[in-house]
Amino acid sequence: MSNENTLLSIKDLHASVEEKNILKGLNLDIKPGEVHAIMGPNGAGKSTTGYVLSGRDGYEVDSGSVTLDGKDLLEMEVEERACAGLFLAFQYPVEIPGVSNLEFLKVAVDAQRQARGEEALTSAEFLKMAKEACKQVNLPVSFLKRGVNEGFSGGEKKRNEIMQMILLKPKLCILDETDSGLDIDAMQVVANGVNSQRDSERSFIVVTHYQRLLDYIKPDFVHVLADGKIVKSGDASLAKELEEQGYSWLQTEPTEDELED
Amino acid sequence: MTEQIDKALAREYEAGFVSAVESETFEPGLDEDVIRRISEVKGEPEWMLEWRLKAFRVWQEMEEPDWAHLSYPKIDLQSVSYYSAPKSMKDKPKSLDEVDPELLRTYEKLGIPLVEQQMLAGIAVDAVFDSVSVVTTFREKLEEAGVIFCPISEAVHKYPDLIKKYIGSVVPTKDNYFAALNCAVFTDGSFVYIPKGTRCPMELSTYFRINEQNTGQFERTLIIADEGSYVSYLEGCTAPQRDENQLHAAVVELVAMDNAEIKYSTVQNWYPGDEEGKGGIYNFVTKRGVCHTNAKISWTQVETGSAVTWKYPSCVLKGDNSVGEFYSVALTRGRQQADTGTKMIHIGKNTKSTIISKGISAGKSNNSYRGLVRMNPGAEGARNFTQCDSLLIGDQCGAHTFPYVESRNPSAIVEHEATTSKVSDDQLFLCRQRGVDPEKAVSMIVNGFCKEVFKELPMEFAVEAGKLLEISLEGSVG
Repeated sequence: MSNENTLLSIKDLHASVEEKNILKGLNLDIKPGEVHAIMGPNGAGKSTTGYVLSGRDGYEVDSGSVTLDGKDLLEMEVEERACAGLFLAFQYPVEIPGVSNLEFLKVAVDAQRQARGEEALTSAEFLKMAKEACKQVNLPVSFLKRGVNEGFSGGEKKRNEIMQMILLKPKLCILDETDSGLDIDAMQVVANGVNSQRDSERSFIVVTHYQRLLDYIKPDFVHVLADGKIVKSGDASLAKELEEQGYSWLQTEPTEDELED
Repeated sequence: MTEQIDKALAREYEAGFVSAVESETFEPGLDEDVIRRISEVKGEPEWMLEWRLKAFRVWQEMEEPDWAHLSYPKIDLQSVSYYSAPKSMKDKPKSLDEVDPELLRTYEKLGIPLVEQQMLAGIAVDAVFDSVSVVTTFREKLEEAGVIFCPISEAVHKYPDLIKKYIGSVVPTKDNYFAALNCAVFTDGSFVYIPKGTRCPMELSTYFRINEQNTGQFERTLIIADEGSYVSYLEGCTAPQRDENQLHAAVVELVAMDNAEIKYSTVQNWYPGDEEGKGGIYNFVTKRGVCHTNAKISWTQVETGSAVTWKYPSCVLKGDNSVGEFYSVALTRGRQQADTGTKMIHIGKNTKSTIISKGISAGKSNNSYRGLVRMNPGAEGARNFTQCDSLLIGDQCGAHTFPYVESRNPSAIVEHEATTSKVSDDQLFLCRQRGVDPEKAVSMIVNGFCKEVFKELPMEFAVEAGKLLEISLEGSVG
């Protein structure tokens, strides 16, 4: 596959955590505007993929390459990757007591704009954007004044992640099991937030264990990750298939050729 | 992360320069003769000398306390010089024009302009350099309001009745080893008197600077807020970077008469010593205030410097309905050690106290909160609320909490909350994943942790304190 017009290109990526190999030859190309779902059984390396791509300490790349917009992603620091347009929505968002959401978001947006050589937003401009983003994910504006995730419910934390995504306007969003712990209503709010950000430029990797999120965020491609590599790829219908049959049938697939269809 | 933090601590101490000022310095050593000489250079009246000598005899009978969670070699008090003053101060300059420009430059470098045109509007400054007060600004303006703000050495001459009545009235000579030593050898400090019903028209502040080698600084501050008056007082302190430890043993006494209010803020940034714990100031300070009926004393401190800190600003809530507050941020890094907290002594009825303590430990430092809340039998309906939070950065530092509660009145209510948390990898990763560099991230997390205390500081100081934390943590990660 050519790199031309490819936003993210992962080639034969091997990575380990605490000397245990987790990713064992991951290949994936994502074009601008595409939504790729990554599904798979527990322990397949789904969350690891998100952490490796974002450069988290403790996630060692053993071999392979990753480019974002043609640039070597693996050479960059965590914050440089963020400024280059990579966003990770966390499965378990952490609290930062005493630091208001607004302050946190302003510092983040300022840092990213500065890294990209853009002019800083005035506080008034930013506040307007932030209020708008709150509205989009159904969070009261008062959440801007509260400490980051401090005392938020599970659903509020996930909506807060999407709000951050809306404000940071990344090129590539990785949603790490954003649906976990959400009821249908909350999931719909999150999905609406995500869908509102879909356009011909922005790409998504939706990591999920269950098919139900994909009813709301329609993927262009679905990949099955098992034992550290993609064992099957298809369109949205693959997700349905998995829902009906589970993941166990995949392990009995005899050859890689059959997986190519 | 630990390795990154270690790297951090190789930061510069910005106030670590030495000023080339010619000084008259006593030979190291301590005996009655030294005390007589201190009293003599200050031209003190006989009663002051007697008071000092009495304190000295009391002190000789005392032993250095060892109950604090601190470990440092025994201080050799005979190797310390007890008096050092710039020679140029001998003739007592009458105005700023006569002050040695090198002294003015020293304070300017520290961000405290003493020259009239550049003075910080709304803040009167007393600048204490080693053992003497160099300049006190805005004195005329304060005198118009009846406010006395002058070096304590001058107050001994000008206001002997006030000094005689109040010195040692809050912290008695025999209170503790370091306080007794201070009584014997104190050299300068600030004296403040706010008359009845007066709201002090500006913030008062004192900047303490140790410059000379092998000297100790023993300052003494006395603030009296007469009935119904109000004053906000700030103090700041810095010292040059030296390999030897230097001793700072101060005493601060506050008297808040009926319905008066004193707000006392400190930003302490004495030289903390280097990475290996070499050098730095030993900071042994006794601060206490007494509140009469309906009076209020509020201590706010940001402690980032010193190799060793031993300090418990306290309130004696003597009058009914009086209020005591203590807000503290103590940051230790490298090999710094801090044992700090407060004492709230409830004597009067319906007295109230609030303690908010935030300890931040990084590097291989140790940070302890030590606090006493005492409800005396007569403290009907008294209340205390204590919140004590510790934040750890890295995994080689220590945070300790030693709360003591003595309640002898069944109607009194004491509440205590304590938490310990870490700047977690998760928090740091979240910030970085959103594009924020690690240093900014840590400083943001720490500032968030300290928010409740910072909001108690006067505006100018809150900004300064925030910046100080930023400098202190510079390079503490990544």
